[in-house]
Parts: sequence; C-alpha cells; structure tokens
Amino acid sequence: MSEQQTAGGRLDLLSATLADTAAAGRAALVGYYPAGFPTVDGAVRAATAMVEGGCDIVEIGLPHSDPVLDGPVIQTADDIALRGGVRIADVLRTVREVHAATGVPVLVMTYWNPVDRYGPERFAAELAEAGGAGCILPDLPVEESDAWRKAAEQHSLATVFVVAPSSRDERLATITAAGSGFVYAASLMGVTGGRAAVSAQAATLVERTRATTELPVCVGLGVSNEAQAAQVAGFADGVIVGSAFVKVVLEHEGDEPGALARLRSLAGELARGVRSGR
Amino acid sequence: MSAEYFHPDHEGEVPDARGYFGAFGGTFVPEALRAAMDEVADAYEKARNDPAFVAELDDLMVNYAGRPSPLTEVPRFAEHAGGARVFLKREDLNHTGSHKINNVLGQALLTRRMGKTRVIAETGAGQHGVATATACALFGLKCTIYMGEIDTERQALNVARMRMLGAEVIAVSSGSRTLKDAINEAFREWVATVDETHYLFGTAAGPHPFPALVRDFHRVIGVEARRQIQERVGRLPDAVVACVGGGSNAIGLFHPFVADADVRLVGCEAAGHGVESGEHAATLTAGEPGILHGSRSFVLQDDEGQITEPYSISAGLDYPGIGPEHAHLKASGRGEYRPVTDARAMEALRLLSRTEGIIPAIESAHALAGALELGRELGEDAVLVVNLSGRGDKDMDTAARYFGLYDGEENDR
Repeated sequence: MSEQQTAGGRLDLLSATLADTAAAGRAALVGYYPAGFPTVDGAVRAATAMVEGGCDIVEIGLPHSDPVLDGPVIQTADDIALRGGVRIADVLRTVREVHAATGVPVLVMTYWNPVDRYGPERFAAELAEAGGAGCILPDLPVEESDAWRKAAEQHSLATVFVVAPSSRDERLATITAAGSGFVYAASLMGVTGGRAAVSAQAATLVERTRATTELPVCVGLGVSNEAQAAQVAGFADGVIVGSAFVKVVLEHEGDEPGALARLRSLAGELARGVRSGR
Repeated sequence: MSAEYFHPDHEGEVPDARGYFGAFGGTFVPEALRAAMDEVADAYEKARNDPAFVAELDDLMVNYAGRPSPLTEVPRFAEHAGGARVFLKREDLNHTGSHKINNVLGQALLTRRMGKTRVIAETGAGQHGVATATACALFGLKCTIYMGEIDTERQALNVARMRMLGAEVIAVSSGSRTLKDAINEAFREWVATVDETHYLFGTAAGPHPFPALVRDFHRVIGVEARRQIQERVGRLPDAVVACVGGGSNAIGLFHPFVADADVRLVGCEAAGHGVESGEHAATLTAGEPGILHGSRSFVLQDDEGQITEPYSISAGLDYPGIGPEHAHLKASGRGEYRPVTDARAMEALRLLSRTEGIIPAIESAHALAGALELGRELGEDAVLVVNLSGRGDKDMDTAARYFGLYDGEENDR
C-alpha cells in the first residue's frame, strides 16, 4: 500500500480483514445497519454492538426515500431515519464513530441518487476522511459508474458491485473487473429480507463469480440465522446479514438495552455460523 | 398503417445505444434486472421490424381499440382561448377511455413473444391499470396491478373495473402512497418474479428501453393528429399541447412533430396548489436532474437526493419524475413546459363539459387549461391541437366534491 492510499479510505483494511478471515479458514461476517435508525446515536450504538457480538465488517446504510431493492424491514427503518431528519453528514459521522469505536472496516451502502446529488468526488473524499472503507451502490450499473470509480480509486475506497443469479457469465467478468474490495453476490432474485431457506442459486453464483475474479465473494440477501450463515459460509468468503439486525431493533422499540443485548447475541450466533461452515 | 409508428421519421434519432436522450435516460437498474431489460430491448427491436407483429398490432388498434381516434374542433370552448382554433385529439374515445391502450396492446403482444405468462403494472389514475387488465383479459395473461393507497380511494371506480376484468389490485401503503410508490413496489415484485413476469411499464419513463418503447407505441397519436389537422386546416398547427405526468401521452403526440420546427411542443405539468406553495408535481418547472425509477431525468428532490412528495388533484400527474425524452426536449429548448394549478385544470374541465359536452379526465384538463392560456397568447387564427388523453368518468367523484354537485351540497362552486 502506498502512503497516499493509507492516508485515505480504508480499502486496505477491508482487504486485510477478508484475507485474515480466509487465512483463518472461515467466512467473514458482514453486518448491515442503517444510519439514523432509530436515531443517529442509537445507530452508532447498534452497529458497535454488532461488532462486539462478532461482525468482522460493517455496512452503514444511507437511508433513501425510494429503496426499491429493500423489503419491508429496511424500508421501515429508512422511513423512521428520514422522518428523524438524518442527513449525509450524520451518515458520515456514523461511519467515523463506528470505525473509531471498533476498528473494523466500515462501508456505506446506498442508492445512487443521494451520492450523485451530493457529488461523487465530495462524497468519496468525505467518506475516506471519516475512515470509511468503500461503498456499495446496487442501482449503479458498471456502465454508469466511471465518475464514482474514479473518485473511489483516488480516495482508496472499495467499489463493491452486486452480481445476481440472472447475471450472464460475460457480464460477471465485466462487473468483477471493475470492482474492488469484494463482490456482493445476491443469493436470490428479490429484495432484502429474511427467507426461510438459503436459495440454491447462491452457491452456483459464487462459483460462476469466482471463475472471473480473485476478489472475495460475499453473499447477501435472505440470511438471518446461524444455520443459514453456516450454510453460506460453506461456499462463500463472507456472509452479509442486514434485515435480521434491523428487525431486532424494530421489535425492541423503546428498549435500547434489550435491543443492544439481542444484537450482540444475534451477531454471536451468526459468528458461530460463519466459523462452522467448513 | 402502423409500420410508420415504429420508425422515427427524423434525423438524429434518440435514444442512443445506451438509452440516452442527450444527457437524460440510461439504465439505472439493479443487476438482477439487467438481463430482463436486455430481453425487453431485444424483443422490442425484433418485434418492431417484424411485419407479422406490426400487422397484428394494427389489427388490434383498429378493430379492438377503435383507432384512428377523431380530431374534434371545439369552437364554443375556443371562444375562451383568444380566438384560436382548438382541435382535440380524442384519445378519450379509445377502448378503455384513454391513450393508455396503445402502449398496453403493444407490450401485451411483446409479453407473449417473450413467452411470459404474467404481467405486473403500476397505475396512478387507474387508466393504465384498466388498460393493462383489459389486455391481460384479452390475451389470457395473469395480471397484478400496484396502486398507491391514496389513489385506490380517489379512483375507486377504476379499481372496480380492474377487478371486474380479472386483475389483482394491490394497494401500496409505503411512502407517499401514490404513483411513485406503486412503481417502487412493482419493481420489487419484478425482481422476484422476472422469469415469468413482464413489467408492463405505463409511461415513457423508467429504464431503457421503456422510454423509447412506450413512446413508439404512442406515436400513433401524433402520426394521426398530424395527418388529420392538415386535412382539416391545410397546414400544421402552431402548437401541440398535452399534459405531462410521466409523459407518455405527450411524447406520443409530440414526437411526430419534433422535426417540424414551427410547431411548438407544449407540455402542461400539474402545479397543484401552485409551484410556490411547494405542493405540486411540476417536475420540469421545479425539479433538478437526478435518478428515479431507473433513468436520469428531472426529479423533485431535496438537496441530498431524497425524492420529495408530489401533490396534484390528478392521480395520473401526481409523480415526482418525468420521462427522459421530455427532459431532453426541455434542455434543448425544443419543448416548453408550463405549470397548471388544480384550480385552472378544474375550471377547464368544467368549461369543456359545458361548452362541448365532453367531460375530460382531470389529467387532460391540465392540457386544456394550458391551451386556453396559449390561445390567448397566440391570438386569432392560431391553430392548437390538444391531446384529450382520457375521459373523465373516473373523476366524477373528485369533481362532484370539488364543485359541490352532490345533492345536499352547496351547488356550483
């Protein structure tokens, strides 16, 4: 890593973390949590608790008014966060404080319009300055991503692209060649939210993706418990869990200590899962 | 007859290969939908060059939808338009009561060609939902319509029509509970069911190829109007006028006139309680470039890219986005877009009803109000073609409450 890179965003830390978990013979546990839900400080405490429980990597959601890839759980959290007045400055503060408190790599996951409107260069610079490791923008296709990737590269941030079971092989190669940090493999065709079973499409997609890249491949969508985490850890480099954490906080409305305790224990269960998959 | 609809007849055809009209358009969809977008684009490209497809659509347009629609001169209405001659393109007389049937029949044929068995669609006023449910009944396709909860209430008649036609109607309670949220929910459903389902998108917006595809199926409006007005007055009109929500009826009327530099293209946006009130849906007047529903266009949004809630008395125009080709027409100066308030639209609705015996949809009434204003500006001998995109039956409850027409209410507001 050059000095310039280590002075900026923490793509280096993200890559090192994924290398460490791979060296330990296990998958990484990646936890998603939306900023501003139920409050900005509450979200910092929630994401911190998730790391204390066992998350290796954190994705902080930047809530959007029109989350077309999210199911009802994250939609509800985004609504609450936006009604509470969450701003991009709050999201960046969340990244900064969670990273400072835990030392783990912290990415931002959001939709393209807020970043486009804020300015890709400005957003990348401020995210890097806050100690962020990268960004996941699931509605920004590779073909439209030049401005973002240029800014991300300049600030040593990962650009994590999503691949889907419907992605054809030649497209997988194009996408993974443009990405950095890791590849986000959507386990199924659908929106975020827990599912009863892990889709059989997930393992095939990981295999097809690996054929195109050396990047770690992390699997998300539909994973909510220890057994599912273990199953996915059997074929992926990382297991991404979001809605299950958000649901804990929705179900503990008005009981923050209870919510934080359950976030820690859920992360602990999932962390056991990612260690028992192989 | 209809081969001409699918082949833009002017130089500099847009969109480009990436789906851009100038700086607007594109395909901002999740990766899971990329293959489906490519499939729709491929199917459409093949279909529009296939004489059998064109002939089948032609037959449906004539013998099922009732095309061509008439061009009606409305002299008593025009007395209020500064002496201009006003002609209405009667899309309200199509089967199902609006222009929406043009696009729906085309896409229903495409659905069959792609081998899909189920259709989903969004609807605002319910006109696109009714047209989609109609085509699904005709073709034996399963049909689910997403409609904002507020719209299911204010357009209850159309909900009943869709259900009568065999469609499932899902009331969407997220977000602003209007058209924008119905589209969000339809996209969510599409991602999960894309193998067997076509999303029959209802306006000339969304990701490529929808803006061009929907436009082409509606070009019949402008192609007919251009021929009809020349037959009637011996020349092209001074302006063509249409309401714009997402912009499908307007682009269908405008497109065959784009190369006619002397014909003004005038879109009428819903200004709700007035642009300055903040309660409006005047996207091109008050919005800024951004991405919503899969393409870059003008969007009503805050300084951090959150989409703001629109407002209009008209469910069909109550949308914070606009098709990318309209954004391009505005940016290039070829098109002009004017805000029309609820009050002016409702006044125009009543005026047309009482002077000509034609009750327009509230959406279309925005274009009528714009035409009254434009006629006064242009003066005598001006010729205007206004798209009467839909009939007003669905709006009678809203209008009756607005004007106090129910027994026991104060009459004639």
